[in-house]
Amino acid sequence: MSGWMQHLIVAPILLPLAVSGLLLAFDERRRTLKRVVSLATVGVLVGIAVMLLWLVTDGFSLDPEAAPRVYRLGNWPAPFGIVLVADRLSALMLLLTSLLGFTALFYSMARWDRSGPRFHVLFLLLLTGVNGAFLTGDIFNLFVFFEVLLAASYGLVLHGSGTERTSASLHYITINIATSLLFLIGVAMIYATTGTLNMADLATRIPAVPSANLALLESGAAILGMAFLVKSGMWPLGFWLSRTYAAAAPPVAALFAIMTKVGIYIILRLTSLLFGDASGGAAGFTDNWLIWAGLATIAFGTIGILSARTLSQIAGHYLLVSSGILLASIGIGGHAVTAALLFYLVSSTLAVGALYLIIEPVARNVEEDDMVPGISEPVFDDEYTGALEEDEDEAGIVIPGTIAVLGGAFIFCTLLLSGLPPLSGFIAKFAIIDALFQHTSIAPTSWLLIALVICSGLATLIGLTRAGIDLLWTPAEDRPPRLSVIEVAPIGLLLATCLALMLSAGPIFLYMETTAIGLADRSAYIEAVLHPPHVGEAGS
Amino acid sequence: MEIVLALAIGILTASGLWLLFRPRTFQVVLGLALLSYAVNLFILAAGRLRIGAPPIVGKGTVDPAVYADPVPQALILTAIVISFATTALLLVVLLASRGLTGTDHVDGEEGEP
Repeated sequence: MSGWMQHLIVAPILLPLAVSGLLLAFDERRRTLKRVVSLATVGVLVGIAVMLLWLVTDGFSLDPEAAPRVYRLGNWPAPFGIVLVADRLSALMLLLTSLLGFTALFYSMARWDRSGPRFHVLFLLLLTGVNGAFLTGDIFNLFVFFEVLLAASYGLVLHGSGTERTSASLHYITINIATSLLFLIGVAMIYATTGTLNMADLATRIPAVPSANLALLESGAAILGMAFLVKSGMWPLGFWLSRTYAAAAPPVAALFAIMTKVGIYIILRLTSLLFGDASGGAAGFTDNWLIWAGLATIAFGTIGILSARTLSQIAGHYLLVSSGILLASIGIGGHAVTAALLFYLVSSTLAVGALYLIIEPVARNVEEDDMVPGISEPVFDDEYTGALEEDEDEAGIVIPGTIAVLGGAFIFCTLLLSGLPPLSGFIAKFAIIDALFQHTSIAPTSWLLIALVICSGLATLIGLTRAGIDLLWTPAEDRPPRLSVIEVAPIGLLLATCLALMLSAGPIFLYMETTAIGLADRSAYIEAVLHPPHVGEAGS
Repeated sequence: MEIVLALAIGILTASGLWLLFRPRTFQVVLGLALLSYAVNLFILAAGRLRIGAPPIVGKGTVDPAVYADPVPQALILTAIVISFATTALLLVVLLASRGLTGTDHVDGEEGEP
């Protein structure tokens, strides 16, 4: 790692931040320029994520010894300065984020980016925050990046305005501000008991915390965890999720699918790093909580899917189900389960993203007026509504047989989400169940998880089939929905990625397994952050 | 000093929580503001209470024991800026919601009295 390559780690944060600042300088009417610049930026982000993946795996090798790469801002040594850490897990999440971001941004060009001001700026800022949360090596900066992504998400939920969006975002913003306060309380309590906020430094200090302070540390960590569990939609903290995501514009909702995974990522990172097996008195105190909370979340999400009346409600509750499966799997732990849950995370995020993008074109011909929110009186003067009708004519080429394309994509999505063979959704769920059976004695909670995973798949199948019959098997006298290439291409890209995930499941699984081993073995992470091999060169 | 700070945090948190659960949007905003003050004081307490100790280390060899811990102060500074900005945004959304729904109820409609 020499020359400019060492600065690659900070690029996923700096690049979108700088470009979003730059885009603010241009007038809202220079739409083409903004589109080209922001799409190119996110395209470059995909490239950077692939290069980071190459970097942290020592050239795509499956050698588990490949150490995490650490970037010290200003070359300050670790516990004092700010560090960014890229390991296999971070690189994987960065790639997932940039892929989903690219498709959502591409889709938004059909018309959604015109229904309000400064869409591209907020979109890039959200990517800045998400990338930062995946890369940061200390809890303090995690808070800062969390706030960046939340602030951008407030703007994006409001994008397009309208009564439903304003009302949903009022709840969303209030809940998230309150959650940020919990975050701060947790950080303060952890700092009071350990005296550090650097994650690697915390991992070395937590085993030495005297038992008198252990309760304080654990409650601090639990309060901190609440902040992430609210984001990931754990029952009973996730009631806001379905409504907010349904109210948001489709490309925004698709991108928000990654935001629940930010919470999951941080919980996975912190539980493995801070409360793993080698953490002394505090080891594994989170596990039981996560298992039961995850199981309750799956149950709630399953009931929600069955009772949902619109596709976006189904998608929202499916996000809850996937969060629940991930949380319970994190609680059960072990290499095999962690590898399987990472595979499930990637597969379900891509599939839900695709479903959110499909929802609006599918529903377009059925309830023209109800299903397309966003046309209403403007709230502020610089806002710009009515783009929906005005641009209908230049929406692109009208493809004949749009129903066939949409129906095919919808069936593909249904198979992915409900976990039917042979697609990646099935492989992911099968891997989780298989990994649970590998334990010598299967706990009752594991049986419960297996039952719930299967039930939730069945419920998803029922819910999506019912919605599909209502929306796609409509009488022939209706005119077929208009569909532009700009809308089909990103959906196709997401589904093709899932197909690639299925076709190369073997190598990807090997990658996930090395990631899981790297997560369980904390010493490499701590070593890389606290005892860098070549401090002198780092500033060159 | 500890008792004064603890009372301040407790009263601010209690008032903030009470306001947060009120049905009017403006009360909710004020509740969040009070809660953020309470949290800032709490962070200060987490760095141990010191009187008259500077947080910035001088030149030469120094004894860290005579200085206050700067990390909680930096954390509070960040938190103040962020909560200020998000409160401002929330106020804008409050006005927009009031304009669109014609009521300042948090659900956008008046419940049963």
